[in-house]
Amino acid sequence: MTVTAKANIDRREMLPQLFPNSESWLFVSGLAGASKDAAALTNDGPNLFTMAGAMGSAVSMGLGVAMSAPERNIAVINGDGEMLMGIGSLITVASIQPRNLTIVCEDNSMHGETGGQRGHTADIADLEAIARGAGITSTMTISESSQVAQAAAFIANEPGPKFLVVRVLPTPPCNFKRNLDLAACRLRFQEKFLAKA
Amino acid sequence: MQTDHPCAEWSGVMFNLMRDAGIDLFAHVPDAGNDCLIALAQTHNDIRTVLLTTEEEGVAICAGADLVGKRGVLCLQSSGLGNCINYLSLAKGGRFPLLMMISMRGDYGEENPWQYPMGQATVTLLQTMGVLVFMVEDRAGLEKAVSAAIAASGKGAQAAAIVLSQKFLGAKGF
Repeated sequence: MTVTAKANIDRREMLPQLFPNSESWLFVSGLAGASKDAAALTNDGPNLFTMAGAMGSAVSMGLGVAMSAPERNIAVINGDGEMLMGIGSLITVASIQPRNLTIVCEDNSMHGETGGQRGHTADIADLEAIARGAGITSTMTISESSQVAQAAAFIANEPGPKFLVVRVLPTPPCNFKRNLDLAACRLRFQEKFLAKA
Repeated sequence: MQTDHPCAEWSGVMFNLMRDAGIDLFAHVPDAGNDCLIALAQTHNDIRTVLLTTEEEGVAICAGADLVGKRGVLCLQSSGLGNCINYLSLAKGGRFPLLMMISMRGDYGEENPWQYPMGQATVTLLQTMGVLVFMVEDRAGLEKAVSAAIAASGKGAQAAAIVLSQKFLGAKGF
């Protein structure tokens, strides 16, 4: 689906609509804005591992979780810059076909964390087409707030792996201060998961 | 798997040690040094193999497995270690107990000059990023090095690399 409409989705309100039962999911989020939005969704909870470095690794980390916890639903939340830096990981995901993996890419077509520089997805690179070319068949792109409910149904009902591109307004992300201690966050996630398993 | 492959015997030993330690995810790029190990892994239904587009994906995939209490191994060549450096922040900063199996290029007998820069930097780069090095120079040292790396990256909670020298693997002709 080629999107030419101007995006009018506010990223700060979107994730709670896409994941109404967020406590039942395991999340991995890519660095910068995507992690702030994901941390606001879960109140920086132990079912979320946020990144603030290793740019490009979020989808691969989500794939590792999905393969090792096949009974759980896993979502990766990332931005367009993070997605492009690890774009080959979509090919790896497609070859594994994890049914329990959903990828949501918040595409603001710019690098919000570093000063708002124009990104490759501003009218040129089409992330959904790239995902389809990689071999992911459940894909969707939305750009209007009226489509968010449809996207939530896509996440709830389509077979994984799923790839959703949300073209968002160029606003700042949620203003949420998360824990950046990656060793502590690793233990927090692992302990919560293993206690439940 | 070919039983007459020069790597068949020791790959079987290495696979059994890894499997006994609960390692059930083998992330890899294609390589002569890990060819038998991966082929062996693919014959087991309870083991998953992941073919990567670039080595660093495997660092993150193994870290993801660790988040839910599972163990993986990343199999690569020394040249691919360079691709992994930034992602090794997960090992050094996050104390993810990554296990790597690295086939050396650019050491004993190497005839491809492209392989020397990364080959000669491999041990230094691993140590700089907080990954313990367990070198295999000959067949006699294999079990001890592999067992030590498995222990270090298991209960030892360290990132560890089994590094297979070309003195052990033999050099590819050019």
